[in-house]
Amino acid sequence: MSETPVDADEVRHVADLARIDLDDEAVDQFAVQFADILSYFDALDDVPEVDPEADLVNVMRDDEVRDGLTQAEALENAPEAEDGYFKGPSVS
Amino acid sequence: MSHDAFITEETIHGADDGPLAGRTVAIKDNISTAGVRTTCGSEMLTDYVPPYDATVVERLKSAGATLVGKTNMDEFGMGTTTETSAFGPTTNPVDEDRVPGGSSGGSAAAVAAGEADAALGSDTGGSVRCPAAFCGVVGIKPTYGLVSRYGLVAYANSLEQIGPLAPTVEEAAEVLEVIAGPDDRDATTRAEGADANYASAADGEVDGLSIGVPTELIEGADDRVVDRFHETIADLETRGAETHEVSLPSIERAVQAYYVIAMSEASSNLARFDGVRYGPDTDAEGNWNESFAAVREAGFGDEVKRRILLGTYALSAGYHDKYYAKAQDARAWLKQDFDEALSDADVLASPTMPVLPFELGESLDDPLQMYLADANTVPVNLANLPAISVPAGRADGLPVGFQLIGPAFGERAIIRAASAVESSV
Repeated sequence: MSETPVDADEVRHVADLARIDLDDEAVDQFAVQFADILSYFDALDDVPEVDPEADLVNVMRDDEVRDGLTQAEALENAPEAEDGYFKGPSVS
Repeated sequence: MSHDAFITEETIHGADDGPLAGRTVAIKDNISTAGVRTTCGSEMLTDYVPPYDATVVERLKSAGATLVGKTNMDEFGMGTTTETSAFGPTTNPVDEDRVPGGSSGGSAAAVAAGEADAALGSDTGGSVRCPAAFCGVVGIKPTYGLVSRYGLVAYANSLEQIGPLAPTVEEAAEVLEVIAGPDDRDATTRAEGADANYASAADGEVDGLSIGVPTELIEGADDRVVDRFHETIADLETRGAETHEVSLPSIERAVQAYYVIAMSEASSNLARFDGVRYGPDTDAEGNWNESFAAVREAGFGDEVKRRILLGTYALSAGYHDKYYAKAQDARAWLKQDFDEALSDADVLASPTMPVLPFELGESLDDPLQMYLADANTVPVNLANLPAISVPAGRADGLPVGFQLIGPAFGERAIIRAASAVESSV
């Protein structure tokens, strides 16, 4: 049994955070599957703390103008565009 | 015979001359091709036509390759069978009732069926090696940073690499030579791949090679797979290789760590699919958030939703330290274990997959069981290492893959060892 039981409300909450609508059937199915999967993830509890080796470096380049997509190319795949802009739903 | 290996069949001609002149190459459908739709196996991108080529596609064209189409895949690379594709499953050319593996199942099936001389796949947790093993072809997952990911639609970018599939080790190595090397459009690429020379390492010479066998990757595997594995190891020993057992305790936590990290990265990467810049034209009503949520419900399949939601959960307040931070610890622990094992061995060996190819439809209902099938492939991605899957004969008529893992940028070592496996089968 997982230390973090998942119920339908929790699935709905996470789906809301992730901006994905779910019907009731999907919510119920995911609740069962998530309980199973999260309980499996509990095995991470006994992993020791390990300091990752610091072998990473930042990769920088000069801030120079380069060719990019044209405005028309950037808009090619948009379901809706207007006056050279993407057209989205109203914000609120 | 069609195996539904392709989502889009389209011929794209490359340069007249080059190391791959006269070769046909199939491209996984999450790798961008200018003017040719790139769907990622998803409803979300059914009509998406990239305005630019991925770096690997540019390089293949410059090398003279002829591209023959875009191959089927698990949606956004999320699956082990190619059954989560919105375009339906691909069948395994070796056995029509079985899956080709995934997520690059279309690429492996195209090569196995002779519909392409080679193919590109992407490997986030085994997605090149698993289908290579299931279809009886060769697949290489390069060291992280060897091959540019520019133009690869991201699933879990700290883990994934584009890699080649081909009928033989040498042919796969020839494709890798072309696509490897630094790219200023992918800041994670490294200098090591410049002027790469891999195909010449496929000489079958293993006399004196030291091979470590992680016991954790043998335990729990299907007996028929283990038998083929041990017979292959014995062949390599008769040819002068030395083998010894090694133990990597951290591997027991690799599947958990992999899924927590991959799902977390997916939840962030797939946030871009909101139906505004690309995506299906729906008549969703409501404000910004309501409209996005409706498009994403319609555009994503169940496995993609599952991973985005679990990733969102693992990163959310109160759970981040329990899941995501511990998974990063496990990843660092695994790197240490691999470093230690590879200090006493030139390469490590295991079965690529602990199981034989699944029957179609067998595994869709139980996602956790599907995740467990990735036990032998995900550790390599977490440790950023190179690995190859090479056919090691068959069991019950089905292909068995033999996996070789090398040190970072040790592609030549695994290619050499794999060519010895190939010539002993």
